Amino acid sequence: MATEMERGTKTQEDQWMVQSQVFQIYDLFRRIPPNSQFAILELQRDKHIEYLTKGLKQLSRSFTVLDANRPWLCYWILHSIALLRDSVDDKLENDCIDFLSRCQDSKGGYGGGPDQMPHLATTYAAVNSLITLGGHRSLSSINRRKLYEFFMRMKDRSGGFRMHEGGEVDVRACYTAISTASVLNILDDELIQNVGDYILSCQTYEGGIAGEPGSEAHGGYTFCGLAAMILINEVNRLDLPALTNWVVFRQGVECGFQGRTNKLVDGCYSFWQGGVAALIQRLHLTVNEQMGQSNILECECSTDSDYDSTNSVISEGEQCYEGTPSHVNETCQLQEEGQPNTSHPADGNNVGYNFIKGHVYMRPLFDNIALQHYILLCSQEEGGFRDKPGKTRDYYHTCYCLSGLSVCQYSCTKDVESPPLPGDVLGPYSNLVERVHPLYNVVLDRYYEAHEFFTRS
Amino acid sequence: MDREAPDQRPPIPISKRTEWADVTPIPQDDGPNPVVAIAYTDEFRETMDYFRAVYLADERSPRALQLTTEAIHLNAGNYTVWQFRRLILDTLCVDLHEELDFVGLLARDNTKNYQIWHHRRWVAEKLGTNATSNELQFTEEIFSEDAKNYHAWSHRQWVLQALGGWEDELAYCDKLLQEDIFNNSAWNQRYFVVTKSPVLGGLEAMRDSEVAYAVKAILAKPENESPWRYLRGLYKDEVQSLVKDPRVASVCLDVLMNKRDCVHALNMVLDLLINGYQPSKTLENSIDALCLDSGLSNSGLTERVCSVLQVVDPIRANYWKWRKSGVTVEGSNGKELAG
Ligand SMILES: [Zn+2]
Repeated sequence: MATEMERGTKTQEDQWMVQSQVFQIYDLFRRIPPNSQFAILELQRDKHIEYLTKGLKQLSRSFTVLDANRPWLCYWILHSIALLRDSVDDKLENDCIDFLSRCQDSKGGYGGGPDQMPHLATTYAAVNSLITLGGHRSLSSINRRKLYEFFMRMKDRSGGFRMHEGGEVDVRACYTAISTASVLNILDDELIQNVGDYILSCQTYEGGIAGEPGSEAHGGYTFCGLAAMILINEVNRLDLPALTNWVVFRQGVECGFQGRTNKLVDGCYSFWQGGVAALIQRLHLTVNEQMGQSNILECECSTDSDYDSTNSVISEGEQCYEGTPSHVNETCQLQEEGQPNTSHPADGNNVGYNFIKGHVYMRPLFDNIALQHYILLCSQEEGGFRDKPGKTRDYYHTCYCLSGLSVCQYSCTKDVESPPLPGDVLGPYSNLVERVHPLYNVVLDRYYEAHEFFTRS
Repeated sequence: MDREAPDQRPPIPISKRTEWADVTPIPQDDGPNPVVAIAYTDEFRETMDYFRAVYLADERSPRALQLTTEAIHLNAGNYTVWQFRRLILDTLCVDLHEELDFVGLLARDNTKNYQIWHHRRWVAEKLGTNATSNELQFTEEIFSEDAKNYHAWSHRQWVLQALGGWEDELAYCDKLLQEDIFNNSAWNQRYFVVTKSPVLGGLEAMRDSEVAYAVKAILAKPENESPWRYLRGLYKDEVQSLVKDPRVASVCLDVLMNKRDCVHALNMVLDLLINGYQPSKTLENSIDALCLDSGLSNSGLTERVCSVLQVVDPIRANYWKWRKSGVTVEGSNGKELAG
């Protein structure tokens, strides 16, 4: 910490300032009696829903700067509501479907508002919104044939995708195109071609992934790059041990994640970085392989009783790994089915589905309890979430703080059907939010419905 | 071209301007019950209604260009407006130097806006090498306010690669690092220069002096993660050379002597050990000094490093535990050299 004598650099001064604000919050928290602590950790569900529903209907003029991002506003709000285990009423649901249809371009894809050019990121947001709403009317409103044509038009010579006609090429564009194509069951070899080369060229010497080749490793792009590589079955081309080492170092003394090395903590990285950690948790066989270890040995390792001992800041109740030797072989098989495998290129459309199948015998690679402290105590407001203390709430941070909270709460479950143990949900168990599919970031149940719908049709 | 700053604009409604009398504005097709409806100002609504009219009619005229200027001042994030503006600029063969001034004013107030930076890249590309020094200087102005601006760094890298101007880049990185040795964006830029600059001879030629640079930075502030990652990055894909470079192990040891629980030093030691580094007795002793639990003494040094990390770096305890489990496996394969 800063002393009177020492004057730090800009980075240090900024860091010390945030650190002291965050530690002040934790100090206050520690000094109150345990039963009141429980109350303070409560997820303000009703207040959040009120804030979200209000915004879904009407936004003040200050939102004019987001006028080309209206499907994003829909997604941030609808996904947050779904995470909170709620849904909008029928009328509002129909209004959302109607509005998003007006953003759909006659030549495919969704724009930032009616009569705006189709854009990959707003297409991702619109499709994820419609999946979150669910139901036949919503899902069938997506013109998948035209959408595929739009995606093909956005492919760039570099292998990456362009955000829109004449727009920028980056890893975000790759992810939003691949994720949307995958969830809609329209991913094929042609669409995938050379995307992996592009993303690979964006992995930096630090281990994380940058927006463009040469840029700095960054949490948002690392999530996008890793998820896209998984979805196209090329994840083992990345240096996963380096990526893992980079991402675990992004969780800091404030308990939350930062986006880049030596940058400030920010609640939205609870999902971007926490999501990367969650994806790696399901990829650990591939990671181990790259580290020169065979799968079967890893299975033995991960059921090692060593995992029961704990000397960390992670608190009580994380005994979620009751793996016994008799489970080991079964686990290996399930894991191998679930793991992307380059020998079967572009059986693309089931990769996302298989990825979450099977058991996980590995502990989360980040401190899931510490992160919940940051989300609930430092990011949560009376309705909505924020980047950090001193900032104001917004829908983006609300969406990604809640998504990050979900990643934390479910990070110790051994399979997708099991609910978390109380010890993995910080605060009252009623804080439990819905589980997300970590590749698409839509609520898992809604994903299943969409998967079934788009497999049939 | 009228390109006054927004605060000077006399907002004569477009509908009252004679030059727009022939155009029928097109209202936004929001439907009867819009969601995420924004309470637009009258000025914004009207400007966008006229924009839709010229955009949908594909009218690439001077007045349409002027209209995009107004629309961008009201919302610089509308990529459709920007893209249409580029089509008009192309069609009308407008002097793009003026365009750079326009974007420059906007970028200073909207440094995190994707569209502005993308547009600037488009303009600079058209201007070619004439734009080089101006573009480098422009990003430097942005960095003087925000030395880690992601878009500005991307832009600068693009300028260097597409237009050139590498000559002073290493010195510029050094300047920024002198100002703030924790600036990871400057470290990243340094890596970019060292590996990509056509005037420096590439990573092979630069490695030796860069290792020295990183080591010096580490010794000054061992808690600074950036130079540790930089040092590791200098030996990316050449881990055996990392292990063989005595300066790497030696900086770890030097740091651990003074700051026994330095996580970054221990992370590097772990990296060295799993890649076959033969530890000196001094290094082993300094690790042992941290092993408070005597039960650990029977395990190999690599395992002991992981155990130490589990204790001194509790937020990553699971990660270190997982790393240790890998070591145990490797040990049984005879790769564990320290045990
Ligand atoms: Zn944020």
